[in-house]
Amino acid sequence: MPEKKCTILVCQGTGCISGGAEQILNSLETELVRQNLSGAMQIKHAGCHGFCQRGPLVVIEPEGIFYTKVTPNDIPDIVHSLQPDTVPVERLLYYDTTINRPIKSFRDIPFYYKQQRLVLRNCGVINPENIDDALAAGGYQALRKALAMKPTEIIEEIKKSGLRGLGGAGFPTGRKWEAAFQAPGKDKYIICNGDEGDPGAFQDRSVLEGDPHSVLEGMIIAGFAIGARHGYAYVRNEYPFAVHRLGIAIKQARKRGFLGKNILGSKFSFDVEIFQGAGAFVCGESTALVLSIEGKRGMPRPLPRPRTTEVGLWDKPTLLNNVKTYANIPLIINHGSQWFASRGSEKSKGTAIFSLTGKVVNSGLIEVTMGTRLREIIYDIGGGIPDGRAFKAVQTGGPSGGCLPPELLNMPVDFDSLTAAGSMMGSGGMVVMDQDTCMVDIARYFLDFTQRESCGQCIPCRIGTKQMFDILDNITQGRGKPEDIDTLLELGNSIKDASLCALGQSAPNPVLSTIRYFRDEYEAHIYEGHCPAGVCHGCL
Amino acid sequence: MDANLIDARVEEILSTHGKGANKLVPILLAAQDAFGYLPGNVIQHVGEFLAISLGQIYSVASFYKRFQLTPVGKRRVTVCRGTACHIRGAPQIVNEIEQTIGIKEGETSADLEYTLETVACIGCCALAPCLKVNEAVHGAMTPRKAGVLFTDVSGNKNA
Repeated sequence: MPEKKCTILVCQGTGCISGGAEQILNSLETELVRQNLSGAMQIKHAGCHGFCQRGPLVVIEPEGIFYTKVTPNDIPDIVHSLQPDTVPVERLLYYDTTINRPIKSFRDIPFYYKQQRLVLRNCGVINPENIDDALAAGGYQALRKALAMKPTEIIEEIKKSGLRGLGGAGFPTGRKWEAAFQAPGKDKYIICNGDEGDPGAFQDRSVLEGDPHSVLEGMIIAGFAIGARHGYAYVRNEYPFAVHRLGIAIKQARKRGFLGKNILGSKFSFDVEIFQGAGAFVCGESTALVLSIEGKRGMPRPLPRPRTTEVGLWDKPTLLNNVKTYANIPLIINHGSQWFASRGSEKSKGTAIFSLTGKVVNSGLIEVTMGTRLREIIYDIGGGIPDGRAFKAVQTGGPSGGCLPPELLNMPVDFDSLTAAGSMMGSGGMVVMDQDTCMVDIARYFLDFTQRESCGQCIPCRIGTKQMFDILDNITQGRGKPEDIDTLLELGNSIKDASLCALGQSAPNPVLSTIRYFRDEYEAHIYEGHCPAGVCHGCL
Repeated sequence: MDANLIDARVEEILSTHGKGANKLVPILLAAQDAFGYLPGNVIQHVGEFLAISLGQIYSVASFYKRFQLTPVGKRRVTVCRGTACHIRGAPQIVNEIEQTIGIKEGETSADLEYTLETVACIGCCALAPCLKVNEAVHGAMTPRKAGVLFTDVSGNKNA
């Protein structure tokens, strides 16, 4: 039998690195030499493969052999399995407990094959630190195509695609681009919002770590479309590794003429610099983010405030989109708006990315077509609830979102269905909760977060969220009063109406949604001094 | 670090970043990384360089969580209190560490060995609950593992 030729992908995402993926890489290099295989095998540093919970991950292509929880001690066996006439190392394969057998290729694991990985297409597949790898995967082809189009044609394509932004409202991206294009003035800016502050979400991190060139390409196309020459990639302080990878990508893109003066020989010049956040949740809000780049406290601009597309960074027209929004742009330009719009539900096109975590068997980063049912995400991809426990709720949209009950498991997930149910798409956090999770404790947890993170500028948010937190704290301590639920509803609705920015306006959602769907748990705490989930120490 | 060394390091940071209001946060981040906190004389130096008032610098330095105005421990322990970590037991992890290293959340030990803090989310939710010791992430924590982790660390310290 001829020698096998394989590519060995070693996931180098933050999750896998924390499990020792760097040592695995070193052992692999040594072992290939020792077993005389270094000539035939290519080792590749890959970005996040998404199934972080089973990391460190090693994938052998072209077969897609998927090794989980790999340690340096496993490397001799893995390398041996690359010799002719050998079989994969069974103990490291993903074991599917529903069919009671190991699965060889990741392409046959439900966690992967039920997904539709478009934005994440290159994550875990290419070496994010090597631009040639990105180019071989089709990187920067959309930029070439876009530079031959008129800006208005590009904007028209984005509009027709139906792509929507990931702020609370799901604003149509094409209309935002059009507004930035039409805004008068010569100096305009592009900003990429990678200030992923929501607890329970990590897709921006994974995309920046795993496929930074797609994000850059989207930003460059945006710059060309609206007439901007300068872009900022705003990356959260807690993501040093994403900053590192994006920095490498920017340098390489400059060298190849995708960034800088006269991009690809055109008249268009554009450059990107990274701005690292310093740790403030509120900076995910666009006007706060802009002020933070200007070297000020990141507090949302007072009302009435003009749109950032008109008055943004340094008071110039500024186009601000999320990491994933930019990563979608090359797809739309390459394949056309119709291709993109043919995916998804009626008003939410393309895919949605979720950080599927919490009390779920398969935890990691997933991408599904808009309109996929919650049940498919949690049970088919996520593998259901571990240890035979019962599903209680799923929390989406972080501190701005809400908790959805079992009755909504058949709900198709898109922008509008989530909003109607009292939650939101937002950051794409999706935290699964089982019978051992107390919904009052979760509401208390989120309000603790928002009252700490409130910038303090407006009273409804600064004082209102603190009041809500105090009431929730009392309830969980067994000191709840019969009128507390009504007071929470009243406070919540006032904060929603009267806060200055979207963060304040959405802060009551975790409380309002848990009262809406799990009122009985509040009542058990208040009237019986009993925490049904057995979480609240004051009510056992 | 002696005063001359600090001055030299600040000069280096300032000359790498250059002037402009938008350099304030990057400069403070670099200083925070270099010294572990923002000493008063460093802030003064930055203010003179950027021609920004001390009041404005303090308003920024006190707003963002990354900046510390007092010295932090050599081992900065950051426990994630993200949603996934919370429901998988982050509060118990914090308790365990508080007991093992003998300081409360938000405190620094008197010997400047440890600082214990919590953070909104590290972004390793699939490995919840998790924590960081300086930049190294430790996932799938249990109170027992956390206890051992810090017993080990202090063991090494004594060795």
